[in-house]
Amino acid sequence: MAKVHVTTSVNGEETEYLCEPHETLLDVLRNNLQLTGTKEGCGSGDCGACSVTVDGRLTCSCLVLAVEAEGREIGTIEGVGDKEKLSVIQQKFLEHAALQCGICTPGLIVSTQAMLKDNPTPTEEDVRYYLAGNLCRCTGYDKIVRAVMDAAETLPSERGA
Amino acid sequence: MSEAQDYKYIGQRTIRPDGFDKVTGRASYGADLSLPGMIWGKTLRSPHAHARITRLDTSKAEAMPGVLAVAVHSDFAAVSDEAIQAGEGSANLIDLASNILAKNKVLYHGHAVAAVAAKTEALAEQALALIEVEYEVLPPVMTALAAMAADAPVLHDDMFTTGLEETPDKASNIANRVEFKIGDVEAGFAEADVIVEGTYKTPTCHQGYIEPHACTVRYDEDGQSMIWCCTQGHFDVRTSTAKLLGMELSKLKVVASEIGGGFGGKTTVYQEPVALILSKKSGRPVKMVMDRDEVQLATGPTSASHNWVKIGARKDGTITAMQGKFIYEAGAFKGSPVMMGCMTAFTPYEVPNLYAEGFDVVVNKPKVAAYRAPGAPQGEFAAEMAVNELAAKLGMDPIELRLKNAAKEGTQTIYGPKFKRVGLVECLEAARDSEHYKAALAENQGRGVASGFWFNVGGQSSVVINMNPDGTGTIVEGSPDIGGSRASMQMMAAEELGIPLEKLKPIVADTEMLAYSQGTGGSRTTFATGMAVIEAAQDVVRQLKERAAALWNVTAEQVDYADGVAYNTAGEDKMTCAEICSKADRTGGQITGRGNINARGAGPSFAVHICDLEVDPETGKTDVIRYTAIQDAGKAIHPSYVEGQLQGGAVQGIGWALNEEYVYSPEGKLENMGFLDYRIPVASDLPMIDTVVIEVPNAFHPFGVRGVGESGIIPPLAAVGTAAANAIGTHVTELPLSPPRVLKLVQEKG
Amino acid sequence: MAVADYKAPSTVSEAVSLLASAQMKAKVMAGGTDLIIQSKSQTAEPLLVVDLKRIETMKDYQLTDEGLSLGPAMCCAEFTALEDVKAVYPGLTEAAYLIGSTQVQGRASVGGNLCNSSPAADTIPALIANGAQCVIEGPDGDRTVPVEDFVTGVGKNCLAANEILKRIVIPRPAPGTADAYLRFIPRTEMDIAVAGAGVSVTLDADGTCTAARVGIGAVAPTAMLVPAAAAALVGTKLDDTALEAAAKAASEASNPITDRRGTVEFRRHVVGVLVKRAAKIAQSRAQG
Repeated sequence: MAKVHVTTSVNGEETEYLCEPHETLLDVLRNNLQLTGTKEGCGSGDCGACSVTVDGRLTCSCLVLAVEAEGREIGTIEGVGDKEKLSVIQQKFLEHAALQCGICTPGLIVSTQAMLKDNPTPTEEDVRYYLAGNLCRCTGYDKIVRAVMDAAETLPSERGA
Repeated sequence: MSEAQDYKYIGQRTIRPDGFDKVTGRASYGADLSLPGMIWGKTLRSPHAHARITRLDTSKAEAMPGVLAVAVHSDFAAVSDEAIQAGEGSANLIDLASNILAKNKVLYHGHAVAAVAAKTEALAEQALALIEVEYEVLPPVMTALAAMAADAPVLHDDMFTTGLEETPDKASNIANRVEFKIGDVEAGFAEADVIVEGTYKTPTCHQGYIEPHACTVRYDEDGQSMIWCCTQGHFDVRTSTAKLLGMELSKLKVVASEIGGGFGGKTTVYQEPVALILSKKSGRPVKMVMDRDEVQLATGPTSASHNWVKIGARKDGTITAMQGKFIYEAGAFKGSPVMMGCMTAFTPYEVPNLYAEGFDVVVNKPKVAAYRAPGAPQGEFAAEMAVNELAAKLGMDPIELRLKNAAKEGTQTIYGPKFKRVGLVECLEAARDSEHYKAALAENQGRGVASGFWFNVGGQSSVVINMNPDGTGTIVEGSPDIGGSRASMQMMAAEELGIPLEKLKPIVADTEMLAYSQGTGGSRTTFATGMAVIEAAQDVVRQLKERAAALWNVTAEQVDYADGVAYNTAGEDKMTCAEICSKADRTGGQITGRGNINARGAGPSFAVHICDLEVDPETGKTDVIRYTAIQDAGKAIHPSYVEGQLQGGAVQGIGWALNEEYVYSPEGKLENMGFLDYRIPVASDLPMIDTVVIEVPNAFHPFGVRGVGESGIIPPLAAVGTAAANAIGTHVTELPLSPPRVLKLVQEKG
Repeated sequence: MAVADYKAPSTVSEAVSLLASAQMKAKVMAGGTDLIIQSKSQTAEPLLVVDLKRIETMKDYQLTDEGLSLGPAMCCAEFTALEDVKAVYPGLTEAAYLIGSTQVQGRASVGGNLCNSSPAADTIPALIANGAQCVIEGPDGDRTVPVEDFVTGVGKNCLAANEILKRIVIPRPAPGTADAYLRFIPRTEMDIAVAGAGVSVTLDADGTCTAARVGIGAVAPTAMLVPAAAAALVGTKLDDTALEAAAKAASEASNPITDRRGTVEFRRHVVGVLVKRAAKIAQSRAQG
């Protein structure tokens, strides 16, 4: 089977890779590009650990074929925050102890960033439903929801600065 | 101890030291390591629940281009019939080997039969299809009661029930019988004015960690080998794997990756020894990562159970006797946690007459693994439901009934010791006095309360603190950090050393860098490994004093040390920890503190939960509308992570009570693999989980720590069960309370 | 199946000819949230995936006086954000919103949900309630099929191997009409429907129901139109007696199975409850 050449953008950087037609974007991010921050929990779109954005839209990278990424813009956890400091969302997850084992954390942070872009002032119910596709088995979600709400409250003042 | 101590770090909500890596995606988990030349291993699994393997031919798979090795059961070195420490209990080596690669019978749907290593994951998968297996399918035995029937098909024809007065000569699915008692229950029931009894059932549930089991291993030609894996106990992975493969411990390095949840389920080995066989045969590093279906099929779960409980009490609420018969499924091989069920079920109560009998029964399901307070939730569910029935029958408030009979200092436990100081009464009082308990309920809503008890354990922990010339240090521990324990180690060490938190970096060492440490489980890490950290820090302080004494030309006894500074009591001199470290080369070399302990004196942690539940009487759908978890932590080193343990335990328990269960076909095939149909709670299912952390210190720990990981999963089963019963106005005896079951309860009530 | 080849044509005709000339089993992909999981199944049968997401007309929509014409591959996240569509077909928007998680919404589409043809597909009862038509393009041109006839069995539909669903057309509801969709799942999210009901009602000035359509899902091999349930509503003011009669008709029309998601008795009962509740929501919407 001939491999397919794909040119895409990952976290704003032009990226090329060769992939098999059956490989998912998750496979290629982790195995070809060594971007292992995106996690695989189920491989069927049920846990959200592999959450990424494709052209700005949140999706599970296990449900995207790697060949589809041609010409798209992919955003992963490695693109959140910058060299100097963590993003507000990342910081709030730490302050609120919104992680225990941390395996769901990259996916949750990518999802939270996508949510706050669309809805900067979510209610608790908004947060819980938006993030329902990001399973966490450790925390019972309480501290995650608090961290996200706090990040939402903090972000406008940061932006306004 | 209980008077407020002035701590600098203990009790603060610090930022965890491993947090940065975890919010940036840099932390390396089980599946995140790749090695040069690495190939991929995959496992062939049984489609049958119970069958004899009549033919197994791997030759076509071995001949396939790209395939570099195949492993089957006979690749294990001749393993002896020996029990080894595995997980939170012991495991028999022959059983362990037969579980990770079936010997001559497959005993559950998904039982591993063979494994293949190939150049790519896809090739390995294709090769599995070339392995020829012929099965003689046998009738499956899917519940403990069916397995105990006189004419039941027998899983192991060499298993004879132990724990009976006479060992039988007929093979049985009942592996073992245990019994615990104090007093005379018959006499106790004779004294009773009121008696309740009932049979309570719980389903097979999975730990549900999000990270699948994964490892990358390398076996070198010189016999040195390495396993990188996600585990709660890498030293135990070393023990098990070395025994299975006939290796010396020093030849096998096990590195604990970051771990994406375990809850007891990552305390044993599945793929690691197989991957090492494949690596040895192929001469290449091998990576094996389970998919979600495999996790569900062949790892975990916890025991389904069938428990009968009887309680007698006087009219004033004094319980006179409690009795139970607990039947737990072990899965395919002996070793359910039924003994723990017997030891915990009645332990929140001070009752003179207790009797608990337990049966460990094999069935055609995966071999159970520890799951948070292993064995306790099932038995305590039965006991707590019955206690709530008793309260209703007596017309007493369920918390008042519990307070009247609560275990406390001096209470004789069914399993031997008398309690030292424990915090159950404080938890119950906090529940009774809470706003939640007083809040009104609306139509179709019900409230339930339940207690939970877990022993907590100590055990062996090894810790080294290496001080650097600039006064910073590395805390080297051997307990994989599953929920933030590095933060508490850092805080305890900083408190002892009197130096800023950020001067100390805690790491989890591999098995070559440190002496044996038991795994993370049983709520032991903050307690036992914490004690080892404190001991190591105290060892550093002792040496700091000696070094300062040497520099000042006084005796070590003449040096005081406080808040990171050494003082010469014979003069005016003082020196900081950093200054002493910087001169260590002049006083005998660098400073290392050691704390190798086998901790005793773990303090039990009691929990009390309150659940409000609403039932939709037309559909049977339930909604947890308010929840409070109260627990005695002894001392909360890091309050946020203590609360997190309470909340996480509560929500796992809620899942167990409401929607989680293994669904099998009549042929014994698992029908709900995957997170779509194995329904763990999602964010929108839940309210905030309120917590109350009680601190009744454990006198055996320098800071009073008890351990908080386990107890929180116990009360939800009966708190949710009772809330549902009260919302409907009926009795609940079986979990999960999935909508069809709840609707049936509503309809039967009419 | 294992994906062995991938093509992303830019027109529907090109996609049709790719299907017609395929040398292996071929499937079209919209969001891929079902197809990619199915393609990971054990058999190694090679599969050509024809991705429709690079075809602009597969992802656009027009809402006119005639009604809605929807590109079937528009993702649910985009579809459910269309306020103008939601104002006219709130029940359909709700149904699309219920498909999977936020992440799945970013990929899954109404057309994909329909073509996957699961008995439990959320949008199908809502499309049935709205009288949707499927426009299909094949080598010999276009044909149109009512949505209730599109799905022919569990995972099966009337598309030939070389045909593509290119448009979903929904008539504009008569004045006084509104729809609603409800499903039952054990959790609040992340489950597949155990039962579903889409209801559309038309009310006259005094609140009498003059027309209704009832579609039910997850309670038979295919989602189905239940004329008897609609008949129980027409001519009434959707009082309790009428609602109970509609519920009973839906339960009786259902033909469910017992599986890991629910039992026959449970599904039969709950689908009636959902019809009743959806009808009430549609009623209150119609009364505006």
